Amino acid sequence: MKQTNTSIRIPMPVRYLINAALIVLLWFILSSLMRSGAITNYWTGIIIMIGINIILAVSLNVATGYLGQLPLGHAGFMAVGAYAGGIFMRAVPVQEFLRAGNAGASVPYILIALLISALTAGIFGLIIGIPALRLRGDYLAIITLGFGEIIRVVLTNIDSVLGFDFTFGSAGLKRIPKYSSFTLVFICVVLTCFIIHTVMKSRHGRAILSIRENEIASESVGVNTTYYKTFAFVLSAMLAGVAGCLYAGYIGSLYPSTFKFMKSIEILVMVVLGGMGSMLGSVLSATVLTVLPELLRSVADYRMVAYSLALVIMMIFRPKGLMGSYDFSLSHLLEKGLCAVRLLFGRKSSEKKGESRE
Amino acid sequence: MSRTPRPKTKLVPQPTTNYLPERDADKRPILETRHLGIDFGGLSAVSDFNVAVGPTEIAGLIGPNGAGKTTIFNLLTNVYKPTRGTILLDGIDTAGKSTTEVNRMGIARTFQNIRLFRQLSVLDNVLIALNNETRYSALSAILRLPEYWRRERIARDRAMELLSIFDMQPLADQPAGSLPYGAQRRLEIVRALATNPSLLLLDEPAAGMNPSETSELMDNIVKIRDTFQIAIMLIEHDMNLVMGICEVIGVLNFGRIIAKGTSDDIQSNPLVIEAYLGKKKEG
Repeated sequence: MKQTNTSIRIPMPVRYLINAALIVLLWFILSSLMRSGAITNYWTGIIIMIGINIILAVSLNVATGYLGQLPLGHAGFMAVGAYAGGIFMRAVPVQEFLRAGNAGASVPYILIALLISALTAGIFGLIIGIPALRLRGDYLAIITLGFGEIIRVVLTNIDSVLGFDFTFGSAGLKRIPKYSSFTLVFICVVLTCFIIHTVMKSRHGRAILSIRENEIASESVGVNTTYYKTFAFVLSAMLAGVAGCLYAGYIGSLYPSTFKFMKSIEILVMVVLGGMGSMLGSVLSATVLTVLPELLRSVADYRMVAYSLALVIMMIFRPKGLMGSYDFSLSHLLEKGLCAVRLLFGRKSSEKKGESRE
Repeated sequence: MSRTPRPKTKLVPQPTTNYLPERDADKRPILETRHLGIDFGGLSAVSDFNVAVGPTEIAGLIGPNGAGKTTIFNLLTNVYKPTRGTILLDGIDTAGKSTTEVNRMGIARTFQNIRLFRQLSVLDNVLIALNNETRYSALSAILRLPEYWRRERIARDRAMELLSIFDMQPLADQPAGSLPYGAQRRLEIVRALATNPSLLLLDEPAAGMNPSETSELMDNIVKIRDTFQIAIMLIEHDMNLVMGICEVIGVLNFGRIIAKGTSDDIQSNPLVIEAYLGKKKEG
C-alpha cells in the first residue's frame, strides 16, 4: 500500500472489470482445454481437488491468518458439510437427472445442497465456536481437535443410536450423485475468494484483524471481540462446509475415516506454507500441495519423503510462508506497470488519476 | 520550553473529599468513584479510591512506581473487576460491564506499553476505532452495496480529520508498527479519540518523548479538551507536563490517595514529598 502521490490509480469499477475478465478467461481456457482433451480426465480430477483444497485453505486462513487463532478441527466442518450435502443429494432425484444428461434440472438441487452444507457447518461452527473461542492458543487447538474427532466418531456410530441408516457408519455413504463439475467448483472457488476478500476489506474484516494484532487494544476501542471471533469462526466453518459438499459430489462416496485429524493438519499445512494471512499464499500452496503428491507418484516409495523434505526446505528458507502476509492485487501491479511506463516516457499525464481506491 | 502561563483554575471542594474545577462545579461529574478498591490475593493494590472528574477537567494521577496508577485505569475500564466500591460514569454504574461496553459508554484509553495494531496501517488503526460508528451489514460489504461505499467514505474522512489533530495524514498508509515512538503514542491518542469518548484516560502519554515533543503534547492535550469538550485523566511521571496542564492532581502511594489538589497544593504537601523523597530524619 506504499504509494506516492505521483502513482496512477485505477478507478474501482475498472478494477473489478479487469479481475472479472481475467477470471472468465481462465475458466474459458481451462474448460476448453478439458473439452478438447488436452487436459485428461485424470488431470481434470486433480484440478477439481485443487479447487476444493483452495476453498479449504482460504477458509481456514480466515481463522488462523486473519483472526490469529489455531483451530485444528477444520476437517470436522468439512465432514459436516460433506455428509449434509451428500445425504441431501441422495434423497433428491438428482442421480436420474445426471444420468439422463439433464444437468440443468439438477442445478437448483445443487444450490440447495451447497446452502444446506454451509448452514449446517455454520451452525456447528457456532456451537463449537462460542465455548472454544473463550480459550486461546494451544487450548483452542486442543478443543477444536477434540471436536473434529467427535464429529468423526459420531458419523461412524450414529446409525446404531438412531436405529436407521443415516450416515452408513464406517461402511460409507455411497452412491452420491457426482455433481461436482469443474465449472461448479470453479465458481465456488471464485465466490469463496471474493467473499473473503470483500469481508476482510470492510469494517468486519478490520475488526477481525485487530483481534489478531492486539486483543486488549481491540476491546479498549469498543470492538466486540467475542462477536467478531465467532463471526470469523462461523464464516470459516461455512466455507469449509461448502468445500465438503463439493468433495462429496466429486468423490461420490464418503467415509468417516477421510476426515481424520490428519486431514485438518493437511489443510493447516497449506495455510502455513502459503503464509498466514495471505489469500494468494493459500491458493498457491493448496495448488502446489495437491499437485506435488500426484507428480511424485513416479517415485512412489519416496513420495512422502520428498513431500516432507519440500516442506522442511520451505520452512527453512521462507519461515513466514511462500507469500508471508503479502496479498496480491492485480490492479496494484497494473498501476505500478503504468507508472513505470509513464516514467519511461516522461509524460506528466495527471488527468489519468482516479480518485477512488481500494 | 516557552509556554504562556495558563490562568490558574479555581477549585471548588465537593461535599465529598473531591474537588472539581469551578466551571464544572454545577455539573454532574463525568466520572465518580466511591471507595474503589481491588485486592490481588492478599495484597490490597488499590483501596478507598475516591475521585470525581468534571466533564471538561484535565486530571492528573501521579505517584511513585508501583503505587497502583495503571491498576486504577484497568479498574476504570473494567479490565480488572473491583473488589470493592463503585464506578459511576456520568451517573451510571459500570459494574458488570465488559471493557468493550465501558468503551461504548464513553471511556477510551491509551496504554503505558503501546498497544497498536502494528501490522495494520495508521488509517486502519483509526478506522477500527470507528467500527461502532461505521454501521453496515456484512452482506452489504460482500455485495459492495452503495451503503458500503458511503459509510466507508464517511469513516475514512472522519479518520483523516482525527489524524489531522497531530498532522498525521501523510502517514496514513504506513504500518503503525513502523512509526517512530512518539508518533505511535500520538496515534494511540487519536485511536482512543475516534471512539468518541467523554473521558479519555492517558497512561504516560509523554513517556519516551523529548522535551519539545512533550511541550507540543501538552498543547495538544489542552487543544483536545477544548475542541472535543471531554474530560481527560492522565498518568504521568513528567512533572512539567502534570504541573503544567492538570487542574486537579491526585497523588497515589501504596494504592491510596495521599493528597489531592492543584499543582501548588501538591508541591508543598509534606506527605507527597515524603512519598517521593522519604522522611526527613528527626533531630
